Amino acid sequence: MPDISILTTITPNHYLVLSACLFMIGVAGVLLRRNLIVLFMSIELMLNAVNLSFVTFSHSFGKVDGQVMVFFVMTIAAAEAAVGLALAVSIFKRFKEVNIRFFEHLKG
Amino acid sequence: MNHQLLVAILILSPLIGFLLNGVRFKHTNYIAAGAIATTAVFLSFVCSVLLFMDLVNAPENQRTIAVGFYEWFSVDKFTINVGFVVDQISSIMILIITGVGSLIHLFSIGYMHHDKGVTKYFAYLNLFVFNMLLLVLGDSLLTMFVGWEGVGLCSYLLIGFWFNDAAKAAAGMKAFITNRVGDAAFIIGMFILFATFGTLNIHELNALAPTTMEASWLGAVTLGTLMLFIGATGKSAQIPLYVWLPDAMAGPTPVSALIHAATMVTAGVYMIVRLNPLFVVAPNTMMVIAVIGAATAVMAATIGLTQYDIKKVLAYSTVSQLGYMFLAVGVGAFGAGMFHLMTHAFFKALMFLGSGSVIHGMHEEQDIRKMGGLKKYMPITHITFLLGWLAIIGMPPFSGFFSKDEILWQAYSSPRGHVLLWVAGAIGAGLTAFYMTRLMALTFWGTSRVDKHVHPHESGSLMTIPLIVLAILSVIGGWVGIPHVISESFGHIPNYWEHWLSPLMTKLPELAENAHGGHSAAEEWALMGISVSIASISALTAFVMYLKKGDAPKKFVEAIGPVYKAVYNKYFVDEFYFASIINPLVTGSRNLWYYVDVNVIDKATYKATDLVRGGGSFVRSLQNGNMQQYALYIIAGVAITLSLVLMR
Repeated sequence: MPDISILTTITPNHYLVLSACLFMIGVAGVLLRRNLIVLFMSIELMLNAVNLSFVTFSHSFGKVDGQVMVFFVMTIAAAEAAVGLALAVSIFKRFKEVNIRFFEHLKG
Repeated sequence: MNHQLLVAILILSPLIGFLLNGVRFKHTNYIAAGAIATTAVFLSFVCSVLLFMDLVNAPENQRTIAVGFYEWFSVDKFTINVGFVVDQISSIMILIITGVGSLIHLFSIGYMHHDKGVTKYFAYLNLFVFNMLLLVLGDSLLTMFVGWEGVGLCSYLLIGFWFNDAAKAAAGMKAFITNRVGDAAFIIGMFILFATFGTLNIHELNALAPTTMEASWLGAVTLGTLMLFIGATGKSAQIPLYVWLPDAMAGPTPVSALIHAATMVTAGVYMIVRLNPLFVVAPNTMMVIAVIGAATAVMAATIGLTQYDIKKVLAYSTVSQLGYMFLAVGVGAFGAGMFHLMTHAFFKALMFLGSGSVIHGMHEEQDIRKMGGLKKYMPITHITFLLGWLAIIGMPPFSGFFSKDEILWQAYSSPRGHVLLWVAGAIGAGLTAFYMTRLMALTFWGTSRVDKHVHPHESGSLMTIPLIVLAILSVIGGWVGIPHVISESFGHIPNYWEHWLSPLMTKLPELAENAHGGHSAAEEWALMGISVSIASISALTAFVMYLKKGDAPKKFVEAIGPVYKAVYNKYFVDEFYFASIINPLVTGSRNLWYYVDVNVIDKATYKATDLVRGGGSFVRSLQNGNMQQYALYIIAGVAITLSLVLMR
């Protein structure tokens, strides 16, 4: 029977690495994708990666501060999604597409 | 009256006239413009006479009126004051300038009455008189130089007065640029004198002049005076810078009379007479002046023989007569130079105004081949011109005889003179008599060759009165300087001229050793006889050739074909200047423009702009409104900062 202790022993570092990976996927999405909806999803991914690290630290230090922060982040993420989707809808109404480049038309 | 006030009125009156006419230069009322300008100059003339009378009444050793006005500028210990000096020399000059000037202004009212720019014309003329007065009265070389440049400017403006004609505008530019060459030398001369003596005040310079002769060509005084003389060759139309004066005839004829015969062109002679103590100690400079003067006198006279434009003949005659003045000052006869300056101002202004009257009466015709027999139509012009003719060819007792004879005698007898200089002068006198007689014969005498459609007429009294006054002056003007040999034969008539000027004239040091110069009165009589007979014979020859034997000039011209052609084309001097100086300059400038300016300087600036533009477009590409790019910058910034923090 192979030794799976290394797999079963999940330390905070594993969570943090996962969090970093998720964050970088989110960054890549924001930088590379043109679709506004996908961009929002990527941003959500980054926020949730941060949430994950908050929760990890909260757990490992035995304090609730991190978890309180997560609630704040989640409410802000919801607000941001509401505003962002409204923008996406108005862009779609005008250009029949939700490509990020249409925001360039806002340039003064 | 207060001298300072008199001098101020004398100088400022033409300036005020200039301003009055200058602000209303578009008006065409010739009476108003002429009245303002003539009154202004006449007022100056009255002041000149008053000042002159004061000088005459003053004791002989106090005949200098020096007035200071204000400090112009001061650098360290070097201070230039604006001050003016009226003494024996400048008083004569201001009398000539304002006296002849008033007559010419009067004449101009008649001559220019049909011209649309008449107010502008009178404004320029007044400005000229103002600058000329500045030139002759200024007590430092710098003040003199301001006037020197000012008269050059007015000369340019008036030569190119009818600037719609490209040839006339070009003549103005030629005069201006040629004068600029001389003026550059004049400035260098001032530098040298200032470096040597530490002052530019004429009185101080004369006082500081060394007492020993400067034998070297490279001595400071020799170089300085030589440079000043080069300046004089520009202003006074001597070899090698005389080429502008014949072309300057493009201007209105009264301008030719005032600026290019009577006053401005004599500025060079005046300047040398002013600084005579300096010139005397530089024998090499004096020699150059005498030789150039004699050469100019002969060369210009030969060109005068062949010209057909009435004003061109007079122009070359002026160049030639100016050569006589330089010959005189070059042999140390400063008084004789001033004397000829004055008589020449009378008779040459007279002849120019006479030619103006002819041109006016002939409806702008200047070619003497299309004249002839004008005696009948223009009696007053003819008589006055005749008197001018007698004066210039040196017939006794007309004014030209006394002054020219004095110069010839001095060229022969002065310790700095030479028999060759006298020969050149005598030849010049013969040539002068010939071309002036030719001019008289072709213009006034003989049969009429006037075009059928042209009806010559005598000019109005505004034009004839100045002619008459100048004719009288041309006759009697020489009587103030009757040479000793003649006066002794006719009971003692004093030589007022010599007596008047002598306190300011430096005696040649050579004369002290040999009081009479070793020449006898018999010699003087003989030379006088020779020069008068040369003039008479040559005048008679011209008279016979052009009036009695109609085809004689033609035959003569054919006999000496190539020589005539060279002379007629003014020895190709203009062409030579074009080939040797002007064209290389133009080509060189064009090459500089093409190779240096376009290919080096322009390209360098273009490269610089490219660099800036390239940098700008790079920076602009960072600010392109692409949000994802902005996000990338933020992340890149965070990444870099983090890595720096972590790796430390």
